Amino acid sequence: MSQSTKDSLGNLSEAQLRKVARSHNLTDESWKRIVKTLGRLPTLTEVGMFGVMYSEHCSYASSKIYLKTFPTKGKHVLVPAGKENAGLVDIGNGLAVAFKVESHNHPSAVEPHAGAATGVGGIIRDIFTMGARPVALFDSLRFGRLNGHRRTRFLFEGVVKGISDYGNSVGVPTVGGEIYFDDTYRGNPLVNVMCIGVVAPEKIARGAAKGIGNPVLYVGSSTGRDGLGGASFASRDLSEESAADRPAVQIGDPFTEKCLIEATLEALATGDVVGIQDMGAAGLTCSTAETASRGRTGMEIDVALVPRREQSMTPYEVMLSESQERMLLIVKKGREAAITKLFAKWGLHAVVIGRVTDDGLVRIKDGGAVAAEIPAGALTHDAPVYRRPTKKPRYLAKVQQLALRAISQPKDYGRALTQLLASPSIADKAVVYERYDHMVQTGTLVLPGRADAAVLRLRGADRLLASTIDGNGTYCYLDPYEGGKLVVAEAARNLACVGAKPLAVTDCLNFGNPEDPEIMWQFKECVRGISEACRAFGTPVTGGNVSLYNESPSGAIDPTPVIGMIGLLEPGKAPLTAGFKDDGDVILLLGETREELGGSEYLKLIHRRKQGKPPKLSLAREKALHQVMLAAVRQGWVKSAHDCSEGGLAVTLAECALMEGEQLLGAECGLSGLLSAAVRRPDALLFGESAGRIVVTCEPYQQERIEELARRKQVSCLRLGRVGGSRLSLKPWIDESIDDLNRAWRSLANQLGGV
Amino acid sequence: MKFGVVVFPGSNCEQDCFNVLTDVVKQDAVYLWHRDTDLQGVDCVVLPGGCSDGDYLRSGAIARFSPIMKSVTAFAKDGGLVLGICNGFQILLEAGLLPGAMLRNRGLRFICKFVQVRVERTDTPFTNRFQRGQVIRLPIAHNEGNYMVEPRELKLIKQRNQALFRYCDADGQLTPGSNPNGSIDAIAGLSNAAGNVMGLMPHPERASEPELGSVDGRLLFESMIQTLSERGRSRQRRAAHVSVN
Repeated sequence: MSQSTKDSLGNLSEAQLRKVARSHNLTDESWKRIVKTLGRLPTLTEVGMFGVMYSEHCSYASSKIYLKTFPTKGKHVLVPAGKENAGLVDIGNGLAVAFKVESHNHPSAVEPHAGAATGVGGIIRDIFTMGARPVALFDSLRFGRLNGHRRTRFLFEGVVKGISDYGNSVGVPTVGGEIYFDDTYRGNPLVNVMCIGVVAPEKIARGAAKGIGNPVLYVGSSTGRDGLGGASFASRDLSEESAADRPAVQIGDPFTEKCLIEATLEALATGDVVGIQDMGAAGLTCSTAETASRGRTGMEIDVALVPRREQSMTPYEVMLSESQERMLLIVKKGREAAITKLFAKWGLHAVVIGRVTDDGLVRIKDGGAVAAEIPAGALTHDAPVYRRPTKKPRYLAKVQQLALRAISQPKDYGRALTQLLASPSIADKAVVYERYDHMVQTGTLVLPGRADAAVLRLRGADRLLASTIDGNGTYCYLDPYEGGKLVVAEAARNLACVGAKPLAVTDCLNFGNPEDPEIMWQFKECVRGISEACRAFGTPVTGGNVSLYNESPSGAIDPTPVIGMIGLLEPGKAPLTAGFKDDGDVILLLGETREELGGSEYLKLIHRRKQGKPPKLSLAREKALHQVMLAAVRQGWVKSAHDCSEGGLAVTLAECALMEGEQLLGAECGLSGLLSAAVRRPDALLFGESAGRIVVTCEPYQQERIEELARRKQVSCLRLGRVGGSRLSLKPWIDESIDDLNRAWRSLANQLGGV
Repeated sequence: MKFGVVVFPGSNCEQDCFNVLTDVVKQDAVYLWHRDTDLQGVDCVVLPGGCSDGDYLRSGAIARFSPIMKSVTAFAKDGGLVLGICNGFQILLEAGLLPGAMLRNRGLRFICKFVQVRVERTDTPFTNRFQRGQVIRLPIAHNEGNYMVEPRELKLIKQRNQALFRYCDADGQLTPGSNPNGSIDAIAGLSNAAGNVMGLMPHPERASEPELGSVDGRLLFESMIQTLSERGRSRQRRAAHVSVN
């Protein structure tokens, strides 16, 4: 391309271009590399393209060296992490599961409804881009305290409505998730969405542009100025001025998405599609560069041919637009008319905008003029990688100090339990999940709120799929390495509680500004913890997403890695749920209780302290616990199972009494026997969050069998009491009526009041 | 029997209906594309749930102009069985095949959950396998299910017993708390005066297999199958009668 080629905004001087580059967060070093690679000054369009592709959001510049340390291989893993749009795992019966979690935190912070809705849309596209039919959605949401800042309610309502409006319309059930409230997320809520899809392995679609001369099709919605530079926006701290970035938030249309799902899956079924990629972050720029890069080819497109919804858009704007519900397809030469017709049937644009070339370049034309010409690799694998400095945060030593002597025991343990049950992070979330269609596609075998993981029936599979999404920012704040391990362990434990063996992981790593060495240290340590736990459970990380710069004027969020995990139930086994089943059943506690209050909801809620060290975790013991659990399920000895997490044993037992829905069954337990030299405090026993514990129930005659099973694996197994009655009695400290506890637990709707 | 499940752009329960019809109640079924006009000789038309045409303008307001709806209307006028579920119900209202309209749910929120409905009549093509007054569990999943009709029309509906299902509590009582969306007269399922067209807000196809927590919906499909097979037999008898003469 000649130096004199005019960009559509006219020729800019080098000084002006460098200024634009800086506004795109391109460093001086990157600038020099760009000029060297091109052998000339970049055009404005090129600056924009480099800017979005080198943004943290697209390039993983700060995180890449750490992501490489994740275990990614496994006999079930069909696609290596990072190579395609989502992870892909073989589940047998000629079926594979595609799944991935992604964040939409920044857009949701300024425009919660559109931000959350497009988060749903984006992750669904990642899944059907692989040729998989999306079958389930999960959300992991975090906000400030509900009764804190007023804006929190606005954000909460907007996000929930956004997920509801988009997910319900598009016909993919939202079957699970988690919601936490903590002031660390006040200015920067977290909206992480996971999608699961199903595909026959031989029908997996690839994101590579192959076959020189093959036509490149643009399909889906038209292109507008919405979402301009969204990836760059997501790679900056949120500030007071972020509201001015609203144009960087995309607007979604679930109806178009639904049509796009059907049309795309039909198109892929024809066998005429060579390569495919959705236009997510960085839109046309990313999809052209990545498909060409993966195919080791080049690509030439003409932006003048791109369907538009706004007038006089420049090549820069077209290339950086993040308008939603768009895909790039590379089809077999000669088949473009048939594919175009198919999309037209669904009322969607399908336009040939270019072709695959052999020169390794992404060439962007605007009619006759060339607006950009960049080696595909320069935009993708040659993007900068940083080894950012890390430093152990100063706050850690201070917050990890917890003098238990200074923590007074509650005067009324029953009241403390009631308060915990009513706290928004623990309370029943029916008021949220009943706004999501969680039953469409008729695969939801366990309704939300009934068990620790969702369980799905997949057509053609002889085994049920279980899945969960979990995070705990407080644990990771108090000890990033232990926190990382604990989050993975909880996900695996949740799967064990429905009777599933874990298979693979997808992760969403939400952190603050990576340029801060203390944040980078948190990141490094969390990744180390997650890696170690994933190795222990044999659950490779198949992909995911990193979201950095989660900071607002009030500071960085607590480090919050979120783990999505899938697993399979034994053939022919029905899923286990958490609620007590029958009067007279025996209640057993598997796993050891220690005197651990650090990082607990109890400490946060009742004593207003986010302090101490998170519970200790032995991966070997955790694994043994899951083995006992699964063996007992295989034998059919267990009637219900619920893991001990936020709120500890007392909250777990209360939830067991309340989660069965129509029937509320109390319990009578004697807990004084659990006090020992190691656990002297009743509050630690009741509300401490020692990891690696599951409450199970069984018929009385099965008790010994389970005990024997646990003994063989050296897992502690204690009889707590029996199911029955209309009270939850945890002698000698708690004796509350189930109806009262139920009212507290189901009080979120009232607390939301005017929302 | 052969069922036709209409697919509008934005439908999202068509596969669930199709699966229950073919796998659970073991009938023939075909998809009917909204731009086609040929009903392919089906014995019954099902308009499935979803958000046809994005629910834009008003739920069902655009779908009712789809070419297939002319054929469906003619089929209904001719006595053919037509079942509209959820969005299908909304389309039937917009198409004028059923009286009234849907407002947004009281509370202005989408609701997805199991509810109880009471079977009001058992002498209809859609309910003959139920018991009168039977309380059944079906899931709802909608944003606009608040049925509304003008008083004069409501009077006719009551006179003609067109309300086939009403929202109720576990004991079959109609209480404000058991009406999830504010529907007038707690109407969950409504037939036309002739009795061959029904709209139903709850999803029977989501309650037709034991592993989904309820099989009450299956009786609705079985009622229709029974009706159709009786019609078939009487047609055969009539045909035989004619040929003898």
